[in-house]
Formats: sequence, structure tokens, C-alpha cells
Amino acid sequence: MFWTSYFLAVLAIVLAWPVPILLSRAHWPARDPFTAMLLWQVIGLAGGLSMIGAMLVYGLEPVGDNLIAGLRALAGMVLYNAPTTSLGFWHLFALSAAALLTAHLVFTLLLTYYKIERQRRRHRELLALLASPSADGTGTVVINHDSPVAYCLPGGARSVTVLSDGLMAALEPAELRAVLIHENAHLNQRHHLLLWAFAAWRQALPWLPTTRLAQEAVNSLIEMLADDVALRTESKATLIKAIAIVASGSSVPQAAPAMGPGALPGAGLQLPDGAAGAGSASTTASRVSRLLSPRPPLPAALRATVVAVCVLLLAMPTALLIVPGLLG
Amino acid sequence: MASLGELERAVMDLLWAGHEAATANTLRDMLAQSTAAHGGAAGHEGKDLAVTTVLTVLSRLEKKGLVERERGTRPHRYQAVSSREDHTAELMHEVLGSAPDREAVLARFIGSVTESEAETLRKLLGHS
Repeated sequence: MFWTSYFLAVLAIVLAWPVPILLSRAHWPARDPFTAMLLWQVIGLAGGLSMIGAMLVYGLEPVGDNLIAGLRALAGMVLYNAPTTSLGFWHLFALSAAALLTAHLVFTLLLTYYKIERQRRRHRELLALLASPSADGTGTVVINHDSPVAYCLPGGARSVTVLSDGLMAALEPAELRAVLIHENAHLNQRHHLLLWAFAAWRQALPWLPTTRLAQEAVNSLIEMLADDVALRTESKATLIKAIAIVASGSSVPQAAPAMGPGALPGAGLQLPDGAAGAGSASTTASRVSRLLSPRPPLPAALRATVVAVCVLLLAMPTALLIVPGLLG
Repeated sequence: MASLGELERAVMDLLWAGHEAATANTLRDMLAQSTAAHGGAAGHEGKDLAVTTVLTVLSRLEKKGLVERERGTRPHRYQAVSSREDHTAELMHEVLGSAPDREAVLARFIGSVTESEAETLRKLLGHS
């Protein structure tokens, strides 16, 4: 039981520091964004599981030789006033920390969901009044704004893709199609669930550099996944041109508002400076360089290895926590 | 009968275009006129539109923080809280801003780019 908690602690530390840093510097994710995305999710899940598991197992060590027996003994103490003398200070400390961390993670996940949904609802309400339906199909609206902007707002059946007048004017029909396919890929592949989970993770543990690295990597990987969908029907040149036009246009409104006089109300609406957007900037750069100088997809063997590592990473902490109890 | 959503949009369009406060009665008449101008079945809707319906729409918009009531006058006069352009700017600020939690709210085609990066991309466009 003791070595289990040490092993889980080591696993948690490895998944919290060196592994994400190495992965965020690796070049292969651009060649296989899907597998990389899988790996990031597993790192988050297995990391959290082993972190909580290590504390739980350590804290329950004196009362049970496996997790299930330990939890049963703990329930006896909490619910039926069984004697707690067998637990020392550090055991209680570890158990409290495990409980707090679990509650914190779940609570932050729910809070983030609520905040995101509230912002989306407000955004949708305004869109309903300001934007007009587009000729390109249902679920696409056009907003009256001069800089080229395209984005999608997820919301189940009410998901909407928004294009600006400036974008429609700047792009050729094929480029516009590429943009729309790209945005629809985000909606179809449910990328907002990934964004939610990783935003919540970062919110919960902002001091852990991993959470920032993971969120940036995920932001960039979903763009690559959506680009790949667009490339199925549109040519590479079209997509690159669309990205270049939108990117070169979208730095303009930050320097000088392109709208009519008095359009931007003063104090409340300070536009962000360039430094804050550094994360997304590198995303655009890596997307374009990936399209300009494509590299072959990962060999099947390597891909299978990564998937196997993913399965192992999830299975190990689960097995260590549950299996001894089932055998005993 | 037009849906509440469509009516909200029509009322906001009138308030944004009018630049001054209007009573529910005035708004009802203007709505009836604008729908009559489109003729046919739409004109029929306008006649059926009750002032209470307009008041419902206005109170919904008030709850959303889009219109405000002038206190002290009877009947109440309503006006838009801010202009259409301001609201568009508010939306675009949310879209173009780089707050960490914004990134989870919506997915942009292109994130913020630095000036030097934009320059590189413009050069790229020149070549293609």
C-alpha cells in the first residue's frame, strides 16, 4: 500500500512537470494533432487521478491494505463514529487535501461551465439583434463590422457561425468556403468541450505551468484539426490565403478602430495590446508553417505507441487503486 | 403573429434608428406602419399587434439591459441603452479580446496576431 502511494506521487509529478514541457516542445503533434490531443487529455486525467490517488492511499494506509478497504474504514469513522486514533496527523492532512483538491476541481469545472454559458447566452442575445442571417446557409450570420472576423459560438442546436462584412468583402468564395468548413469542423468535433475542460483545469491550478501549456497546446491543436477538415475539400493555397488575409487584417482594429467616428465608446472597451495575445500568435504561425511545409503524418507504429502509452497512463493509476481491493 | 425574437429585433431597430425615447404606443404604430409597408400578410400582423405585446417585448429587452425606461413620465418612454455600433463594438471586443476565459467561449478562425507576424503574412500574400 505504501509503495502504491509513492508510485502514484511520482507519476503525478512526472505528469505535472517534465512530460507536458517536453510535449509542448515536441514537433510531432503538428503531424498528428488527433493523437496529440488524446495524449493531452490523458495527461490531464491521469495526472489528476494520481495526484488525488496518492494522497488518498497515503492517508488510508493505517486503516486498510487497499483503497476499497481503506475507504470503508474511513466511512465507518465519519458516519458511525468508529475510533479515529489509528490515523496520525499527516494521514488526516493527506485525506483532507485529497478531499479539498477533488472538490476544488469539480467546483471549478462547474463554475467555468456556468461562466462560459452565461457569456455565450449574452453573446447570442446580442447577435440575434445585431447580425443578419447569411445566404450561405442556416447557422451562419453576418455582422456589420469592417475588420475580417470569423468565429463560431457553440451551443448545441443553437450553435452559430459568425462572419463579418469585412471578411465577406476580403475573401473569394472558395476562401470563404474554407473558413466556413473550418468553423463547422469546430462545432462538429465538439471542440468546445475540450476548450471548457482545459480552461477549467487552468482556472483550478493556475500556478501549475502545465495547465497553461496544455491550454495553449489544445487551442492550437483544435485549429490544426479544423484546418485538416477544410483541406479535404479546399486546396491548401486557398486555406493559406484565407488565413493570411484574415490574420493580416485582424491586427488592424487593435491599432486603429476601422469603424466610423464615435463607434468605440471610451473607457470600458480598451482593446488588448499585442503582448497579451502572444499565445494565439504562435498558434497562427505554427498553423501557417504547417501548411506551407507539410511533413508526413506519423508512421502507424509510432502512432500506435502513443495510443498505447495513453491507455497505460490511464490504466495504471486506476489499476493500482482498485485492483488490490478486488483481489483481496 | 411574429415571434417575440423578431419583435425584439424590430423594436431595437426602431429605437436605434430613432435616437430618442418612444412610448410603447408610438412603437406599436411604427411597427404597424413598417409591416404595412411590406404589404400583404405582414400588414395583417401589424394591425393585430397589441400594445401589451409591445410592452412585453420592451420589458424583455429591459431585462437584457438593452433598453431603459424614462422614470417619471406617463406613459413610460423607452430608449436604447447604447447605440447599435456600441453593441457591435462590445461583441467584437469579446471576440478579439484575449482574456483567457474568452478562449473557451468561442472559437475564432484566427487568434490575435502580432504586428510583425501580420507583416510576414502580408508579404506572403504579395507573393501568391
